[in-house]
Amino acid sequence: MKSVRIGAGLGFYGDSWEPVRASLERGGVQYIASDHLAELTLAILQKDRARDPTLGWTRDLVPMLSALWPLAQPRGVKFVLDAGGLNPAGARDALLAAFAAKGWRARIATVTGDDQLARIDELRAAGVTLAHLDSGAPIDTVRERLVFANAYLGAAPIVRALAQGADIVLTGRVADAALFLAPLVHEFGWPLEPTRAADWNRLAQGLAVGHLLECSGQGSGGNFGAAREWSRIPDLTHIGYPIAEVSEDGTAVVTKAEGTGGRVSFDTVRQQLLYEVHDPRRYLSPDVVLDMGSLRLDDLGGDRVRVSGATGHPRPEALKLVAGYDDGWLGQCVVGFCWPDALAKARATVESVKLQLAERRLPVDEVLAEFIGHDTFLGPHADRSREDDLNEVWLRMAVRCRERRVAEAFPRLFPWMALSGPPYMGGLHGVGAPSQLLGVWPALVPRERVEPQVEVTVTDVAEAAP
Amino acid sequence: MTREVRLAQLAHARSGDKADRADIGLFAWDAAGYAILEREVTAARVAGHFAHLAAPGAALKVERHELPGLLALKFVLHGALDGGAARSLRSDNLGKTIAAQLLRMPLTIADHEAAALREGPP
Repeated sequence: MKSVRIGAGLGFYGDSWEPVRASLERGGVQYIASDHLAELTLAILQKDRARDPTLGWTRDLVPMLSALWPLAQPRGVKFVLDAGGLNPAGARDALLAAFAAKGWRARIATVTGDDQLARIDELRAAGVTLAHLDSGAPIDTVRERLVFANAYLGAAPIVRALAQGADIVLTGRVADAALFLAPLVHEFGWPLEPTRAADWNRLAQGLAVGHLLECSGQGSGGNFGAAREWSRIPDLTHIGYPIAEVSEDGTAVVTKAEGTGGRVSFDTVRQQLLYEVHDPRRYLSPDVVLDMGSLRLDDLGGDRVRVSGATGHPRPEALKLVAGYDDGWLGQCVVGFCWPDALAKARATVESVKLQLAERRLPVDEVLAEFIGHDTFLGPHADRSREDDLNEVWLRMAVRCRERRVAEAFPRLFPWMALSGPPYMGGLHGVGAPSQLLGVWPALVPRERVEPQVEVTVTDVAEAAP
Repeated sequence: MTREVRLAQLAHARSGDKADRADIGLFAWDAAGYAILEREVTAARVAGHFAHLAAPGAALKVERHELPGLLALKFVLHGALDGGAARSLRSDNLGKTIAAQLLRMPLTIADHEAAALREGPP
């Protein structure tokens, strides 16, 4: 039976591509699929694009492919990446320039049509409510504050790009797992809108494989959330990102390249399988609804886990859209206090800062105080038995405010306390810049309103070179 | 007779985020451990454990999904992330450490269950 080997690229904008080298050199992969876009990464890219219209894509793309293409090209390995962000054409142009400068040849495709920001009014006029998926609130409440709005596309346009011979496919927002499903659909000729149940099951298997690989090292022993056992995962410094060997019938073996760190086992794979999944019996994607209830994971030993038995149901009628809207500013400051009375001094500082806010009439909507090193992460479940005798503690205070100037002013309430506040304060690492807060707006959009706008464009480096 | 153990002794967990929802996968090391999880770690218990994550004045809504084939429970905590990662003031805006908080949960189990606990992979 024909099989395809596909390897994980990045799991977020800023992730390492070093482990991909081993997948290319020793993993026998034919495709690398790389997810650069977390739910709100588009907000960062929007700021880039506002500053420079040629930007708006994830800038790790060019250094990543400059490092990996010399390993990939001789082996015929293709890349599918959502690094196009809000501007796949801009990403392509940057890559074309970089490749042309090195004299490299490649066929690069872009997928566009996910960006709905300029179409919100058109969609609203057509009767699409874009109501908030959880609250049901109408999008008009945040309409003027939207900074991006993108529909999650499925595998189809990527499949079209691969069918046109693309070596590198750059997309904007697509469902993360679709980056992996698409090469399988292309290689095996799986129908994307099948009529037979068995064919939906195969797509569901492909989606499950994509989900297992879309978070890079989390699929091979990274961030393995187990007391003690995490320390027995070998050599995370040289972790091998997961690789799936997928058969034509959809069954797959997840593994990683020889000689790499990490671990692919029943335990590490099932942690990733359920990661950021809500109803495991109805994991929605643009291409298929995956039911994990019937899915089997068989640990074959030697960093090999077989994935089989997923059930697929017909794809949803609507696509998911996620918009981001401007939701004020965050101002913050972090200072440290040493024993004695470290926590008491941090608490006294909180009271002082709140008093200063009131006296200076700085309008803030919310104030948060965290005692880092004590209970920031565990909250009420932290061990408080040594609360009165901490060696040291760090106070982080954050405010939510409508105005940037207030967020800027907030950390300036702290430095004077080094000489005039409680004793043994250290580690004030400067007064930080405020950051913009963004609300997330999930909604649904009918696929027939989006899919006709989706375009696949293929360009050859050699032709494009000046 | 019964004994108190901590969830971390019999399970492992990973958490993540989607908009204002935190989600946690909780995994037993063996079938006996799964039976304890299924019985003790109810949606109501988890909602109480994480009540502090809800917006002021709001109750935390928790869904539980059972996956016996994977010896796993899945929890979805609605409205637990201060409005979502990019508007949250919290240090852990992505809810990555929420799984660890769950593993702190104390459980009261029978002595014979405690004696048979598996605390790592088979």
